[in-house]
Amino acid sequence: MAFERVLTRNVDRPEALTVRGYREGGGYDALARALRLQPEEVIEEVKKSGLRGRGGAGFPCGLKWSFVPRSTDKPKYIVCNADESEPGTFKDRLLMERDPHQLIEGCIIAGWAVGANTTYIYIRGEYTRAAAVLEEAIRDAYDHGVLGDSVLGSSFRHDVYVHRGAGAYICGEETGLLESLEGKRGQPRVKPPFPAVVGAFGCPTVINNVETLCCVTHILLRGADWFKGIGTDERNTGPKLYAVSGHVERPGTYEHPIGIPFQELLDGCGGMYKGRELKAYIPGGASAAMLTAAERDMPLDFDSLAKAGSMLGSAAVIVMDETTCVVRAALRLARFFAHESCGQCTPCREGTNWMRLILRRIESGRGSEADLDLLAHVVPNVGGISLCALGDAAQGPVKSLIAKFGEEIRDNLRERRYPLPRVPFFDLGAVA
Amino acid sequence: MSVERSAFLPREVVERIDALRSRYPTEEALLLPALHLAQNHCGGWLPEEAIEAVAELLHLPAAKVAGVVSFYDMFHEHPVGRHRIRLCTNLSCQLRGAEELLQQLHDQLGVDEGEVTSDGRCSFVQFECLGSCDTAPMAMIDDDYHENLTPARLRRIVEELD
Ligand SMILES: Cc1cc2nc3c(=O)[nH]c(=O)nc-3n(C[C@H](O)[C@H](O)[C@H](O)COP(=O)(O)O)c2cc1C
Ligand code: SF4
Ligand code: FES
Repeated sequence: MAFERVLTRNVDRPEALTVRGYREGGGYDALARALRLQPEEVIEEVKKSGLRGRGGAGFPCGLKWSFVPRSTDKPKYIVCNADESEPGTFKDRLLMERDPHQLIEGCIIAGWAVGANTTYIYIRGEYTRAAAVLEEAIRDAYDHGVLGDSVLGSSFRHDVYVHRGAGAYICGEETGLLESLEGKRGQPRVKPPFPAVVGAFGCPTVINNVETLCCVTHILLRGADWFKGIGTDERNTGPKLYAVSGHVERPGTYEHPIGIPFQELLDGCGGMYKGRELKAYIPGGASAAMLTAAERDMPLDFDSLAKAGSMLGSAAVIVMDETTCVVRAALRLARFFAHESCGQCTPCREGTNWMRLILRRIESGRGSEADLDLLAHVVPNVGGISLCALGDAAQGPVKSLIAKFGEEIRDNLRERRYPLPRVPFFDLGAVA
Repeated sequence: MSVERSAFLPREVVERIDALRSRYPTEEALLLPALHLAQNHCGGWLPEEAIEAVAELLHLPAAKVAGVVSFYDMFHEHPVGRHRIRLCTNLSCQLRGAEELLQQLHDQLGVDEGEVTSDGRCSFVQFECLGSCDTAPMAMIDDDYHENLTPARLRRIVEELD
């Protein structure tokens, strides 16, 4: 049976921006169904579906929800992580700009499941358009009794608020996000306690990615078995958005069963840019280790990629062709991590900068093989022993650069080839 | 209400901040929304008086507010151009020509990153991924995304800023 797109079914249906138009396509039926179930049954359904978080870590969604204490005097919160700042990632923006009610529906279902009356959608500050679309949709949802004191005529109350960030990658890390939501610098917290117990404003909180909450909507509508029937195996289930960018003919957001092999994904994007050869690709955003052309048949799911020493992460697939200097690519990412480290932990603060400096020396032609050895020595010390996973993330691209392209880099260093000649993307002469 | 504060942040800004109070259990949580509103009012940056005004309004130490301002890339402690250009140079944009756009911006504006043109019209910075990599290379100018840029298109867009 052909794969049916569900997460992106409305992206070319502008009618879906209103409650009325969204309902015509079956919208808010999932919420109605959820409200007829007991909250525990909703959690059970999500657990059974095998849904793993789409924000990066792949944590089982139903299990996370079940950690929220049932009996507590404190309010509980749903926080939707719409910070989307992982380089290469743009899928959540599409979901919010083109189908805001799909997300709102997921938020309310999550709220019902864990007993939370408030959702904050923490959206990165640069997404002004998505924030405006969401605000409008939320207003419409209140007007139609979808939000407010009586959700769809039930006795359940739910409010959704959009909260804008202000430009800091680390606010995508869930506890950095909570600090930011509370009006502070976005510096990650010591864990435990985990947010499910002590989260926003000291209260039990579920933090889920935009796409995760959108998946929940479809699980409630079509059932856990339908969701489980899609994907590689029991641990890698459901439809998945892949954000493909770089040297491909048609970059964009593509919905496939999770676990689609890279080559098939690439073919669906019209292949390599100008028919060039593939050199390397990053399968899961800037934090994921690079893979090479030899690994083009890799299934893009959580476990296959973890086994290969990389990760699915945010499923942002960045494709690099034969003209790419991989050192230069890794340098750009190292610069990103050095800029975004929040500075609380010494290995991360210092290590990300060291990686940047050494890569710059190599790339610019001032380096030697000893620099590559130094880099290999620095990388393992950048992550692991710090408060959050940013340090680990920063290791990904550099570690793989050394492992997969080490010999090539040594060769280039010995032959004094750096900086490699740049292939301009635009012919500047023609426009000057 | 102190005279300085109301003079610095006009009533409608204060009212818009106050209207958000019921959304959060703490006053401190209003800080980011308040800073966004204040910065919009001040022409894209936050002079010390604005920081003090927000601090007073939310009953927070001004040093704390300043610490928050300095943490986030979208808040500016120094004057910026009337139009703010954020050119994404992260990997996906780099692969599709962002460096040539950077060169073009330098040539066209004749200032360095972070500086304001002498007529006060523009300032530009390199920015991290803006979540628009499928339409790379791209730039955010004020609140709008400009996608699938070429040096010629970017030049024209910048020329046409008032
Ligand atoms: C440095 C860093 C940045 C992150 N950025 C994001 C992000 O932008 N969006 C997101 O959904 N998750 C991000 N995460 C993952 C979150 O911490 C968290 O795992 C996720 O929001 C949980 O939602 P999920 O279980 O639905 O995936 C980031 C993690 C780290 C360590
Ligand atoms: S690992 Fe890095 S980003 Fe994370 S808390 Fe420590 S210093 Fe901050
Ligand atoms: S790398 Fe430029 S928008 Fe993502």
